[in-house]
Amino acid sequence: MNIFTTLKLALRALWRNKVRTLLTMAGIVFGIGAVIAMVSGGQGAQQAVKDVFQSLGTNVLILTNGSQRSFGAAGGAGSRQSLTWDDLKALQTGEITTIKWIAPTLQTRTQVASEEANWNTQVVGTTAIWFQIRNWAAVQGTVFDDDTGNSNAKVAVIGHTVATQLYGTSNPVGQTIRIAGQPYEVIGVLASKGQGPMGDYDDTLVIPVKTYEQKLSKGLAKYINGQVLISMVTDDSAERTMSSISGLLRDRHKLDASDEDDFRIRNPAEFAQAQQDSTQRIATLLAIVAAVSLFVGGIGVMNIMLVSVIERTREIGIRMAVGAKPIDVMTQFLVESLVLAVLGGMLGLALGAGAAKYMAGYFGWKFFFPATTAAIAFLVAGGVGVVFGLYPAIRASRLDPITALRYET
Amino acid sequence: MAALIEMRGVERTYVMGDNLVHALCGVDLTIEAGSSIAIMGTSGSGKSTMMNIMGCLDQPTRGSYLLNGKDVARLTRTQLADVRGRMIGFVFQSFNLLSRTSALENVEMPLMYQGIPGRERHRRALGALAAVNLADRADHHSSQLSGGQQQRVAIARALVGEAPIIMADEPTGNLDSKTSFEVMAILQGLVRQGKTVILVTHEADIAAYASRVVTLRDGLIIDDKAQTPVKAEVAA
Repeated sequence: MNIFTTLKLALRALWRNKVRTLLTMAGIVFGIGAVIAMVSGGQGAQQAVKDVFQSLGTNVLILTNGSQRSFGAAGGAGSRQSLTWDDLKALQTGEITTIKWIAPTLQTRTQVASEEANWNTQVVGTTAIWFQIRNWAAVQGTVFDDDTGNSNAKVAVIGHTVATQLYGTSNPVGQTIRIAGQPYEVIGVLASKGQGPMGDYDDTLVIPVKTYEQKLSKGLAKYINGQVLISMVTDDSAERTMSSISGLLRDRHKLDASDEDDFRIRNPAEFAQAQQDSTQRIATLLAIVAAVSLFVGGIGVMNIMLVSVIERTREIGIRMAVGAKPIDVMTQFLVESLVLAVLGGMLGLALGAGAAKYMAGYFGWKFFFPATTAAIAFLVAGGVGVVFGLYPAIRASRLDPITALRYET
Repeated sequence: MAALIEMRGVERTYVMGDNLVHALCGVDLTIEAGSSIAIMGTSGSGKSTMMNIMGCLDQPTRGSYLLNGKDVARLTRTQLADVRGRMIGFVFQSFNLLSRTSALENVEMPLMYQGIPGRERHRRALGALAAVNLADRADHHSSQLSGGQQQRVAIARALVGEAPIIMADEPTGNLDSKTSFEVMAILQGLVRQGKTVILVTHEADIAAYASRVVTLRDGLIIDDKAQTPVKAEVAA
């Protein structure tokens, strides 16, 4: 029998029992939907973690002050002042060969203003090398050169969002920006990095670290009231670099072997890896759940097809009497369960993509449509239809026409 | 010319529980093309088994059955289905139309299994419906048709494949006498067009429309006589 005719018959039979068809499809819909949502969401989450990592720059360690302990109660990281500007200089001597660049990073939120508008943004005080560590260039004007970065010049490099908020479409370079009331000259605008999971990367501005200390802190101090970004020469030197830094700082801080570190070194790559690992584990678990759901859905299909064969025994008898061969009857029921499963797969695809899109919006991820997974899921749905439809279809094809014709519904 | 149907020593036994039931115990029957024949007998006489075997729905346990010169007694299920589709059109007591399906689609059904394309199916099905005066009911579902109309749809379905044999199993059993008369008129018309019509019935007044009556009892033919058929002519 012609395949289009068979398809038409199948669609009509399914359409006749709309509610039943929908309920039967539900298992497959949720199975496929879960797979799609899980894969898409997983990719989004991984990308988000990658983005954070990448925005920090690659091969970067973060050195912060340790936590203050008073009578056994630990304060948060950085609550204790221990890192000094002299420590920073000591790290910069080149003694630790795996260190490539070092940049102090002080930051706070404050009010900034142009002649026309004002805005609240994050102000970063750092040196010229920071832009290299962050791999962040200017699209208008320039970033600091080494001299500017080490001076107390009142200049600022502003992020894209700040530029738009304060200067609209006009060129901010050379204009005056007021930061906490003080006038600065805008010397550059940074390239846009866009939205990240931590918020808008472009909502920031950068001034020399000395200027920062003098104008936004309490003046030049002994301690670094912020963090230090350290970039490494190679990917695989994190362990060594961390222990070298630790050794050097413990020495300088005159810590005994029994003392805890009074500083912290974090490796964002490790954090990113851990995040990716846990995302992967959750994805695997979800995949198992989805597989179970698909299996249950398949049993649902088989169940309903068996009922359908019994209900339509008489129809099968009539068809056989007018010349339907066993293979025709088998094909009819097989195509029906295939269509049922594939329709379920399509609905599941839509549902999964919708859920993934919603998740992406909610968590601020990028939305991915996992085309390969969708194609596989589709094939799996079809496979479920064929595998679980086979037994009922064979049963239908083996009916004896005489018995089937006599069957009373 | 060889006979259309030639049965020799046909036996059919069933196993029912521990018992062996002999439904047919050696039947010889020859039917020429273009004739009308009534198979009569009471319930349990073996006439249903006879019809099932003649209609290629069932196969004899022993004996030979030549249909159009070809032995069909040992065919596979698939081959039998093919023979049914080409050679035999069934008309049943309970009409056996597909519910929730239009008259036209019911009539098209046998053609689907012969692999005939949709447009051609459509055309031929409409032609068959016109032959039973139901062209104007083509889109009606079975439930929207009267018993007589449903049986006419069933006859159209039996005709559409251009099978030479029409097997009618108690075709008027569910109809009142007026519609029975109409249905018999159509069947007699088919004989005039050269079809072979086999009526299976237990009613003598239905058998009277055939030109030959074969009577079965306990799985054997006990009577086989020719007669002049009563004419079923629809009043103009």
